[in-house]
Amino acid sequence: MENHPKTFTKVKSYVPFHGPCDPCPPIGRKYYRTPPNLYVGFQQPSLPQFSPAEALMKGTLWPVFYDFYENPYKKRRV
Amino acid sequence: MVKTLPNEYYLQMEEIQAADFVLIELMLYLDTHPTDTQAIQQYNQFAQYSKQLKRKFESSFGPMQQGSLNQTLDFWTWKSSPWPWQI
Amino acid sequence: MWTYEKKLQYPVKVSTCNPTLAKFLMEQYGGADGELAAALRYLNQRYTIPEKVIGLLTDIGTEEFAHLEMIATMIYKLTKDATPDQLREAGLGEHYVAHDSALFYSNAAGVPFTAAYIQAKGDPIADLYEDIAAEEKARATYQWIIDMSDDPDLNDSLRFLREREIIHSQRFREAVEILKEERDRKKVF
Repeated sequence: MENHPKTFTKVKSYVPFHGPCDPCPPIGRKYYRTPPNLYVGFQQPSLPQFSPAEALMKGTLWPVFYDFYENPYKKRRV
Repeated sequence: MVKTLPNEYYLQMEEIQAADFVLIELMLYLDTHPTDTQAIQQYNQFAQYSKQLKRKFESSFGPMQQGSLNQTLDFWTWKSSPWPWQI
Repeated sequence: MWTYEKKLQYPVKVSTCNPTLAKFLMEQYGGADGELAAALRYLNQRYTIPEKVIGLLTDIGTEEFAHLEMIATMIYKLTKDATPDQLREAGLGEHYVAHDSALFYSNAAGVPFTAAYIQAKGDPIADLYEDIAAEEKARATYQWIIDMSDDPDLNDSLRFLREREIIHSQRFREAVEILKEERDRKKVF
């Protein structure tokens, strides 16, 4: 928990190996999430907060931990 | 049987959910930051606020928690619907 | 002891009649990384962990029961009005012949819940790392369910639950730091 980078991305991606004999067309990029809890470290006191109603909607009181999730493969859906 | 609830039920319920959510977040935070006096103060403030909201809700819609007053003296309202999964 | 509150932690709305989603949600009801396993794991570990983190395990374990109730609500709403034919189409025919539309603690593939899902090594670091992993696995499971679901209201509640896994993981990570701390040395932020 020592590293506290000021900025970080919450999604990473890579292109998985695709062999010449693989039966399906390649998926393209594979995505994985790296949520804020991996970067924030031991929480500092007095961080900015959401309002109570917004905190409930977001699932956390502190914007620094908020991570909206959406299906990364949605565009490719048939 | 289709039962509809007054909009007021949902509005008050969501206010309570929001207040109690702040409480849960602060509780978990304080479990690992037990000396943050500002957070303790905010926790106490929301604990009071949540109690107020629940008292108001219970006067219209019946007891929400074990230990709450059953304000209808001739019927045990605790057992009345709606249950959380029915709303 | 525990007391009951007649409310969900977060509103659960389901907009489409799609019992297949109920089948997927069962992974978080009676699955290895589901809410029941989480609640039982933390509430059981707390008896043999240093005093400093008992409160955290108690409070997170208790919150997991609130999440279990949300998942139950989703499954209930998605199956209560489904006919046997609809359930069969949803892949829940096997569930129906054993349980009708009663909820049951099994995973999405119908495997019944087992205590073997719950780890308790008695070593504080091993147990907390287990808990961090459990939260990340539950977070991933919510992601895969959201990927499979087209219901915007259901996904809203699932996003709330996924966010909670992030917070729980954060707190368990902090708990590890607390246990690593040298005695009498003040924590430096």
